Amino acid sequence: MSNTLNLTLQIWRQEATDAPGSFQSYTVRDVPDDASFLEMLDTLNETLIDGGSVPIEFPHDCREGICGTCGVMVNGRAHGQEKGTAVCQLHMRKFNDGDTIIIEPWRATAFPVLRDLVVDRSALDDIVAAGGFVSVPTGNAPDANEIPIPKDVAESAMDAASCIGCGACVAACPNSAAQLFTAAKLWHLNSLPQGQPERYRRSEAMVDTMEQFFGSCTNHGECYEACPKEISLDFIAYMNRDYVKSKLVNRKLASQR
Amino acid sequence: MQETTEDASALRGSSLNGSSLNSQVPDGPMADKWENHKFNIKLVNPSNKRKFKVLIVGTGLAGASAAASLAELGYEVEAFTFHDTPRRAHSIAAQGGINAAKNYPNDGDSVHRLFYDTVKGGDFRSREANVHRLAQVSVDIIDQMTAQGVPFAREYGGLLANRSFGGAQVSRTFYARGQTGQQLLLGAYQQMMRQVGLGKVKLHTRMEMLDLVTKDGEACGIVCRNLVTGEVTSHSGHAVVLATGGYGNVFYLSTNAMACNVTAAWRAHRKGAFFANPCYTQIHPTCIPASDEFQSKLTLMSESLRNDGRIWVPRNPDETRAAADISERDRYYYLEEKYPSFGNLVPRDVASRNAKTVVDKGLGVGPLKNGVYLDFADAIKRDGKATIEAKYGNLFQMYERITGEDPYARPMRIYPATHYTMGGLWVDYNLMTTVPGLYACGEANFSDHGANRLGASALMQGLADGYFVLPYTIGDSLAPKLGTEPVPTSDPVFQSSEQGVRDRISRLMSIGGTKSPDYFHRELGKLVWNYIGMERTEAGLEKAITEIQALNEEFWRDLRVLGDTDTINSSIENAGRVADFFELAELMARDALDRAESCGGHFRVESQTEDGEALRDDEDFSHVSAWEWQGEDTIQVKHAEELAFEEVPLSQRSYK
Ligand SMILES: Cc1cc2nc3c(=O)[nH]c(=O)nc-3n(C[C@H](O)[C@H](O)[C@H](O)COP(=O)(O)OP(=O)(O)OC[C@H]3O[C@@H](n4cnc5c(N)ncnc54)[C@H](O)[C@@H]3O)c2cc1C
Ligand code: SF4
Ligand code: FES
Repeated sequence: MSNTLNLTLQIWRQEATDAPGSFQSYTVRDVPDDASFLEMLDTLNETLIDGGSVPIEFPHDCREGICGTCGVMVNGRAHGQEKGTAVCQLHMRKFNDGDTIIIEPWRATAFPVLRDLVVDRSALDDIVAAGGFVSVPTGNAPDANEIPIPKDVAESAMDAASCIGCGACVAACPNSAAQLFTAAKLWHLNSLPQGQPERYRRSEAMVDTMEQFFGSCTNHGECYEACPKEISLDFIAYMNRDYVKSKLVNRKLASQR
Repeated sequence: MQETTEDASALRGSSLNGSSLNSQVPDGPMADKWENHKFNIKLVNPSNKRKFKVLIVGTGLAGASAAASLAELGYEVEAFTFHDTPRRAHSIAAQGGINAAKNYPNDGDSVHRLFYDTVKGGDFRSREANVHRLAQVSVDIIDQMTAQGVPFAREYGGLLANRSFGGAQVSRTFYARGQTGQQLLLGAYQQMMRQVGLGKVKLHTRMEMLDLVTKDGEACGIVCRNLVTGEVTSHSGHAVVLATGGYGNVFYLSTNAMACNVTAAWRAHRKGAFFANPCYTQIHPTCIPASDEFQSKLTLMSESLRNDGRIWVPRNPDETRAAADISERDRYYYLEEKYPSFGNLVPRDVASRNAKTVVDKGLGVGPLKNGVYLDFADAIKRDGKATIEAKYGNLFQMYERITGEDPYARPMRIYPATHYTMGGLWVDYNLMTTVPGLYACGEANFSDHGANRLGASALMQGLADGYFVLPYTIGDSLAPKLGTEPVPTSDPVFQSSEQGVRDRISRLMSIGGTKSPDYFHRELGKLVWNYIGMERTEAGLEKAITEIQALNEEFWRDLRVLGDTDTINSSIENAGRVADFFELAELMARDALDRAESCGGHFRVESQTEDGEALRDDEDFSHVSAWEWQGEDTIQVKHAEELAFEEVPLSQRSYK
């Protein structure tokens, strides 16, 4: 049988991007410890509506840790304290009765707050649009087994491709860098045979686009600590290597035209 | 056979006076239909494609693949999603895999076998020609996705791995760990983002379509609300494609993401698109049971778990011992006992209904007695913990995170939950709805899965529609429009549609009642689950209609939506979606009432075999029921599309 918790919540409220924001204090009572963190917020919202107050906007959709929509700072940590867990998968049994929980949106210049806990992460899409793909128009593909791929290579690509695009890495980074996100996408494609023809074009385009929006990486590793998919920091090293090489290779390719 | 008698229609509470529908299935032998059709339909010449603008609503597997492919062909494409980025579409959550008739494992698969299995699995309620085409193009999907860099699972030799899924007799399922939907969606998303980067697709995120606009009976555009600013805008094109997903959230609790809804399809339905087989919904047998009233959604545990887990309940309803302490003699392995040859691997609908039966008898397990055990103790004893962990580690971890229970030490608790909707907008062979110029792809249409979908076939269908069907068939309706401009958004049809959208929002905002949209959604969900869930009876369905109407009336009287309309306001978004769910739920009940047979996921208690299995009535119901909107206070009219089974002989399913 589940226990219940009484909690104090300090939640960031902000009406619009250019409006000032502030923390508001709320108490929630009798939260079952089987509830998820977001269900706890649902309950608070129901209470707010009952009392005639405008509910809190927070991002969420799948509630299974896969869509990457959710994401808030819980007591200063992106997605909360449980490692490798998106906040939608965080459950209240990880908290104690009487706790105060501080809940804020992702904080990064590239992620403006839209309202309350909801931010705009579309800069991440711009990085993908710059080169995070293999150019293979529909109908042009060879048989799928024509190019064998060693199992380990496929597994490593899959490790990188598991990124859910939540932006916690950016939120956790003291410099608001998007290295982990970008590196994950780059390594996913750069490590596969299918990704080779565009490898250096992609590396240069994605990194340059990333740098337009996000800060620089100074190797703190906070991104990895926050990442719900535990994307490896190694990918950042691979990205840096490919990026450096891309400057040379791309120049050389251009001169061969 | 179409229902015509007045008595029959009065009895079933529906008006059955509609005409029959033409599916535009091409002539010729089944295996040649698609090739012949591609040759015979009208084409748009490459240099003319840029003169056509196509609006695509929804950027999940179906929408993103369609947007990318049409843009590559040269069409001018605008894509709309209410998500903040296309990569969040609900397709992302699919776990198990995607089918294709590649026959890589050399175990006897073929286009014909996949076609056959899908028609039979759909309990003979799908259109043969569509299913055959789906099986044909399935092989191209795997090639396409692999070339895009989808990291499918591989064998040590470097070739693609396959597994058998959902009791299939061949291994035709491709997968990427337990994240196949994620990887496929990212593939389609990347392909579309490339076109966005090239300026060939104009992407509108956080934009919700709230109306379809038609002129002279043809689709000419949509009206959307910007979910950040609240602005209501018109968008016009030569054709509109809806790839807006399924309506499983009408049950409130389901495995669907929170935002999934029927609004786009329903708004199109109100503008003339027939809605087919709304009562065909799929209840997935292996989900984590609800823990309390505040539960917001249910989580699917992959079907693959049934390959090694044994399903049982205690024989004694008053059992108090922990699972491990209950002796073999006191355990009821109901699937293994009832279905000796298929055992725990019976199809989804059969597994689900049997779970309901034992729980209804009071044999359920867990604090709320609302689940059954899925037990890995024997598998762990047989294969060792390490093997089970390698196979299902991710799933076990997810289970533990949600329930706080360790499934290595005690059995999982599972219960069925709504998962997928086979019903949807009626489309012809070209994927065009009954509104000329309006197409529907993916889960949003009704096609291909009949009354029951086989595992790993929805991803296949979404990508088939978007990559390999629509890009050809859309030309047929566009070609004759060469030289015409899209209807300008200043046209009165757009103005009045925009006004309608604004008025509806104002109406929802101004009710000033006491209860939240979520409250009504939850209550509606209970009605739908209880009366239009795993078992349906005539009396229950009639009651459902009355109760849904009463709750709907209360909704429009006592709804409370707070906040403003010119900002992010999820209450107003939900309110509109719930309002549409009410109308859909009523139609689901009418459709279920009208279909006085059992088939696939639709189980009418009055129509069962002596053993309690689903009993089809091919004489009276071998048709698609497509419902036509008649206005708010009038019962919808049913049109029938007769189904003929020429290639796959009709037979009753049996899993004994
Ligand atoms: C938990 C789970 C597991 C599954 N596992 C499998 C599996 O293993 N294999 C399999 O084959 N199938 C599986 N399925 C089913 C499959 O995932 C879906 O049927 C399929 O992905 C649907 O794709 P879609 O493109 O049609 O719709 P979706 O992916 O749902 O996309 C809908 C799109 O429409 C947009 N949209 C909707 N309405 C509007 C509107 N009004 N305005 C603007 N945009 C709108 C959304 O933003 C979104 O972009 C699973 C489903 C679930 C729930
Ligand atoms: S790398 Fe990790 S934290 Fe960053 S976006 Fe991807 S999943 Fe989120
Ligand atoms: S809501 Fe989808 S990852 Fe959390």
